[in-house]
Amino acid sequence: MIHSLFLINSSGDIFLEKHWKSVVSRSVCDYFFEAQERATEPENVPPVIPTPHHYLISVLRHRIYFVAVIQSEVPPLFVIEFLHRVVDTFQDYFGVCTEAAIKDNVVVVYELLEEMLDNGFPLATESNILKELIKPPTILRTMVNTITGSTNVGEQLPTGQLSVVPWRRTGVKYTNNEAYFDVVEEIDAIIDKSGSTITAEIQGVIDACVKMTGMPDLTLSFMNPRLLDDVSFHPCVRFKRWEAERILSFIPPDGNFRLLSYHVSSQNLVAIPVYVKHNISFREGSSQGRFDLTLGPKQTMGKSVEAVLVSSQLPRGVLTANLNPSQGTYTFDPVTKMLTWDVGKINPQKLPSLKGTMSLQAGASKPDENPTINIQLKIQQMAISGLKVNRLDMYGEKYKPFKGIKYMTKAGKFQVRT
Amino acid sequence: MDVGFSSLRSEAVGAMRMALVSAENLQLTLKPEPSQEEQALTHNKSSIKETHKAGNEDLKEMLESNKESLKLEAMKRVVGLISKGKNASELFPAVVKNVASKNIELKKLVYVYLVRYAEEQQDLALLSISTFQRALKDPNQFIRGSALRVLSSIRVPIIVPIMLLAIKEAAADLSPYVRKTSAHAIQKLYSLDPEQKEQLIEVIEKLLKDKSTLVAGSVVMAFEEVCPDRIDLIHKNYRKLCNLLVDVEEWGQVVIISMLTRYARTQFTSPWKEGATFDENNDKAFYDSDSEDKKDTTEAKPYIMDPDHRLLLRNTKPLLQSRNTAVVMCVAQLYWHVAPTQEVNIVTKSLVRLLRSHREVQYIVLQNIATMSIQRKGIFEPYMKSFYVRSTDATHIKTLKLEILTNLANEANISTILREFQTYVKSQDKAFAAATIQAIGRCATNITDVTDTCLSGLVLLLSNRDETVVAESVVVIKKLLQTQPTQHSEIIKHMAKLFDNITVSMARASILWLMGEYCDRVPKIAPDVLRKMAKTFTAEEDIVKLQTVNLAAKLYLTNSKQTKLLTQYILNLGKYDQSYDIRDRTRFIRQLIVPNEKSGALNKYARRILLAPKPAPVLESSFKDRDRFQLGTLSHSLNTKAAGYQELSDWPAVAPDQSVRNVEVIEPVQEWAPSVGKTKKSGKPKSADKFYSDDEEEKEAEGSESSKDSSSSSSEESGSESEEESSEESEKTSSDSGKSSSGSEKSSSESESEPKKKKKTKKAPQKKSKSPAAFSDSDENGNGPVAQASSSSAESSSGSETDSEDSDPPATPQKKKKKDVKSKPKAEVKSKVEVSLLDLVDFSPAPTNAPKSSVISSSLLSDLEGLSLSNISSTMQVTTPSFGPVKTYELLHHMTGKGLSAKYHFPRQPCLYEPSMVAVQVILTNSSDHSLEEIHIGERSPAGLNIHCFNTIERLEPEASVTVSMGIDFSDSTQAAHFQLCTKEDQFSVSIQPAVGELLMPSSMTEQDYSKEQGKLLGMNETSATITMATANTSRLAISKQVLSVCNVGEVPSSQNTVHRFAGRTVNSGALVLVCLELKESSTALLTINTEKSVMASMLLRDLKQPLVQA
Repeated sequence: MIHSLFLINSSGDIFLEKHWKSVVSRSVCDYFFEAQERATEPENVPPVIPTPHHYLISVLRHRIYFVAVIQSEVPPLFVIEFLHRVVDTFQDYFGVCTEAAIKDNVVVVYELLEEMLDNGFPLATESNILKELIKPPTILRTMVNTITGSTNVGEQLPTGQLSVVPWRRTGVKYTNNEAYFDVVEEIDAIIDKSGSTITAEIQGVIDACVKMTGMPDLTLSFMNPRLLDDVSFHPCVRFKRWEAERILSFIPPDGNFRLLSYHVSSQNLVAIPVYVKHNISFREGSSQGRFDLTLGPKQTMGKSVEAVLVSSQLPRGVLTANLNPSQGTYTFDPVTKMLTWDVGKINPQKLPSLKGTMSLQAGASKPDENPTINIQLKIQQMAISGLKVNRLDMYGEKYKPFKGIKYMTKAGKFQVRT
Repeated sequence: MDVGFSSLRSEAVGAMRMALVSAENLQLTLKPEPSQEEQALTHNKSSIKETHKAGNEDLKEMLESNKESLKLEAMKRVVGLISKGKNASELFPAVVKNVASKNIELKKLVYVYLVRYAEEQQDLALLSISTFQRALKDPNQFIRGSALRVLSSIRVPIIVPIMLLAIKEAAADLSPYVRKTSAHAIQKLYSLDPEQKEQLIEVIEKLLKDKSTLVAGSVVMAFEEVCPDRIDLIHKNYRKLCNLLVDVEEWGQVVIISMLTRYARTQFTSPWKEGATFDENNDKAFYDSDSEDKKDTTEAKPYIMDPDHRLLLRNTKPLLQSRNTAVVMCVAQLYWHVAPTQEVNIVTKSLVRLLRSHREVQYIVLQNIATMSIQRKGIFEPYMKSFYVRSTDATHIKTLKLEILTNLANEANISTILREFQTYVKSQDKAFAAATIQAIGRCATNITDVTDTCLSGLVLLLSNRDETVVAESVVVIKKLLQTQPTQHSEIIKHMAKLFDNITVSMARASILWLMGEYCDRVPKIAPDVLRKMAKTFTAEEDIVKLQTVNLAAKLYLTNSKQTKLLTQYILNLGKYDQSYDIRDRTRFIRQLIVPNEKSGALNKYARRILLAPKPAPVLESSFKDRDRFQLGTLSHSLNTKAAGYQELSDWPAVAPDQSVRNVEVIEPVQEWAPSVGKTKKSGKPKSADKFYSDDEEEKEAEGSESSKDSSSSSSEESGSESEEESSEESEKTSSDSGKSSSGSEKSSSESESEPKKKKKTKKAPQKKSKSPAAFSDSDENGNGPVAQASSSSAESSSGSETDSEDSDPPATPQKKKKKDVKSKPKAEVKSKVEVSLLDLVDFSPAPTNAPKSSVISSSLLSDLEGLSLSNISSTMQVTTPSFGPVKTYELLHHMTGKGLSAKYHFPRQPCLYEPSMVAVQVILTNSSDHSLEEIHIGERSPAGLNIHCFNTIERLEPEASVTVSMGIDFSDSTQAAHFQLCTKEDQFSVSIQPAVGELLMPSSMTEQDYSKEQGKLLGMNETSATITMATANTSRLAISKQVLSVCNVGEVPSSQNTVHRFAGRTVNSGALVLVCLELKESSTALLTINTEKSVMASMLLRDLKQPLVQA
């Protein structure tokens, strides 16, 4: 399946290569560079590139291209999913997945890649199995290892590898048993010029951090499970139980994991938490443009809207923007033409606004499109769909865990067309 | 060096030959001579040193030092070199010596190195082989596995026989991990030496029979790589693979599903021709049902759809919920290629969900949706808005979304789509804007209603400032006009006016072509355009020149008076053009149109040739022809056949023999039954409160067993058919009236004449309760979730009581009271739920019974006394148990209890404090290093819980322990008693969860009394199941031992040898619990429990079944 892997940084250097079968020359990446040149933006490089003898499948994460070399037919998503899993693992191990981090830990990276694939077929991708095989590097452990000569590499087959719950280690022990669940919902919306909603939907995830001793068996139930239209589970969730009772029943992995991601059924009207009043205009013949933007809370159920960040890709003709924010700060990058306004919290009494002028390139004609405004925001302690966790029970262990749940709403791909 | 090498080589080759005879021998030959190896290596190294003066000297020295840490450091640097793609092959001899190192990390890094360079240094690599051979016999499975992994990764042809031997051995290894590794090694060996194919197929065949989920994915992968055409190997394993699928790791799932897709296409008949394959009756039952599971119940009918075909679809469906996008896509393509047309739409939702994932995932998924949406518009139409383009999408994502939107366009939604397109046209991303214009063109041709609207919209775009937009519009307009040119001379004129401003050659050429084609509609303008072109002819692009020549020729034919000179001028220019295409064209046109003596006959037809009506171009999706590839494949994504792509065959006209999939040996089906979610029985901690899941699985296993039976034997089929039908009917009625599904079970059991299906008989008596059977049944028929979605069990059990009320009048008064009693706790639960909305207060689980306050239960008791306990025979009295094995449970672990640990057991003595309490003995131990003071019981929950606490223990010395007695009133429910165990400093929340058998006390009675009481507790109060007894358990002693270990009951003397009776009373309410075990032939037995506490009965039944069935 996967023949080789090349890691390429944003400046086009191959800084790591790994082969699982016979060695493929790195000159195969030339085809990738060609495609990269043709693409105007880094995102536009096609994920699948055919070359005379190989196929290159790449993903772009953290400004690093992970290019897998394939020799024969394989589902492309298989490779893509695996590459993303590799990135996730790196992030899990090193905290960040940057070129520097990978170079610093090249031995661990190599050991990991060796365990993750055997002859190009995934072998161990479950994070807790990998962590038993290769312990993540920490400063303390590195020091201990240099002194005692012990290693980061496990000598036994990870217990999870053979068990029916491969995602959980045996013999987990904590003094404080705790389980935290974050219900995070994102609103994807497109708002048109006049402020009416073109499309809006809610996607949510439940991220969990479970630190519990032994083999706890948890059930989580919702007040209103019917809201969930489409769900995908961590493998630990018992599907039959969900089908029959709409209860999440699972033996959790140890540590952080994504329990569930869901889509809220489209029948429900989506509350749009903010409105945008905008007046962005360019006059014909003049080299000036007006920019006027006001934000206000809309349907927030009494919660305050925080961490608001407005960004907009201004037309190419704009040279500078001279704006005046009523709160927060704004930046305008004259090269990428990206305008960002860090608003912060919206105060309903005093609505934040950004007003001023833009100056256009001399002689440039009036841009025929107004920029789209992207908004990010956060609302704490509320899931916009109204989803509520009813209760969390634990079976199988005797202790009483500390349980916590947090709700949050964010803007996902929230765009306002002007 | 040469001498050293060749001697080394001959020695190694000799060793290899011997290995053919026996691997052991080889070890012997290599092992005793390490010094010689060492010598050879040092020799090599020194000679390399001379030739390469590279900076790797220090590394070599480090590798040869005696210090492990130095070696490790050196290896880490070597791996760094490899990762950068630098050549480190010269270090080979120094590195390979460390292959037998004790340090595991060092060893692993050497492996990495070895695998990378062994191909280049084959002779030296051979030196490491004996180490691996030794490791292959290591007792540690991990070491065996890794050794095989590395051994098989060394691409040295000479060791092929050794590899083959190792693979064969590993394929029979006890550890599934090693077997998995051997499956991987098969592929490696095959790529190294394809001639071993036959031998490898044998190993594959063997491994395909493997029952471990770990192996399944890898061996199918090997199968796909080595012998994808040997579909006959799959037959016998087909059902196993289908059933194992949920538990296989996700990557294996992808491989297995793709393989099974191909398998299904060759082995089953097409489900797409409904009319031909389904007779009407079945058809209706099939498609009217909205849940997939329900179809399974009708499986026994003589369907043309092979039950195995259905099995595949059913077992893959849950995987649509996988977090792995590749798995979801794979299931989607399976449904697309294999499922009946009506069922394909269940995958759309999941596919749309994947669009939330990473950009690359979106790209692939959108490609597949594009292909699907051409053939099946309808299934994606509800999700149209998910394909709206966002300004932040990458260009290729945008184009794909556009493609899909265009495919989805129909009369109903076209206005919405066009409005959306208007926004896209204005996009800053001009390539995307151009693509949008093409999309508008396609919509305009596909939907005639909007052609005019689109056309006028496109004409407006002609005044756009951006050239690419204008050019694209011209091209699209040209195509549109061609379809209906009659009314559009205005547009052609408008375009002629724009001609001067347009510089994009494609657009200019399009306008010229339009002028020529419709020159009769614009007779005045066309010659003028030609005049302008004559001026700029030399500076134009080739494509424009060609169209100019065409225009000139057409005008010459229609309007030679005005254009004769112009045409000749242009033809002269063309004659000397640099491009031979244009020179050719010019020469051809001249001969064709200008009459002279040589031109001959063709000249007469010039008009008909050049001005022939031309068919309008069809604007088609670029994904039109992609459906020739299997969805989700690389070939589909690239739209060319990738290496190794396997065509999906067409459905066979006649299904091949189905019986090939029958497995002769009856396998323990339970093992392969789809488990709940992803967990298996064995992996589940067995606690009393999770009483349903186990049973559910067993039921299911039985279910699949019976369906297997019915598919193979036709005599049973007809019987089960009528049964299924009646149960279906009743299901309908019960769900219509909004009641729980228990009604249906009753009627289905009534329709049965004899206990042919054991599970049905078991179900029937349980209908009053929310029993395990009710659970699993609802699983099957899909009605369950509605009735049981609420977590309050009291609700559903009272619901089912209402149900039975109608059918069973004599029992009414008693039950009505019970229902009244129960409605109160239900309200209680509700209010508590409300409290816990905001924060997760620890909330005691109420798995079976709603919490009852003691007041309620006592009133219930009096009611019951009035009704059924009035004539209890005086001979019955509660006795103390004869014996009982004591099970100890942990209450508090010393880790959590800061040194205080507590264990408890049920002594099975009548409680001294209050008769309604269950006695519990708690052993408190102080395992800390200081003494603990004031150990007592603090807060308890639920609040009404009646606990008799032990007296406060003033002081507990380190390492000392004390046993105290408590009494707890569980109110005859298995609900846990929560309380706090407090010391002077700390408080620990603990809970005691009684097993249902502990809520009883033994009662002694005569056989007559027993039968009399049993006679009163029939019908609703009887729960029974047929079990298969373990042979060890059939003796009287063994049975009573097993039963008494589970529940605290007394044995009733029995006159029959095959019937064993036990009696007990619940501690709190004193309700009778009668257990009867009737042995039948061939080690089956009927286990019956009679009691009015039906919930208890079903739990007890489950608890009892387990030890009796177990060997």
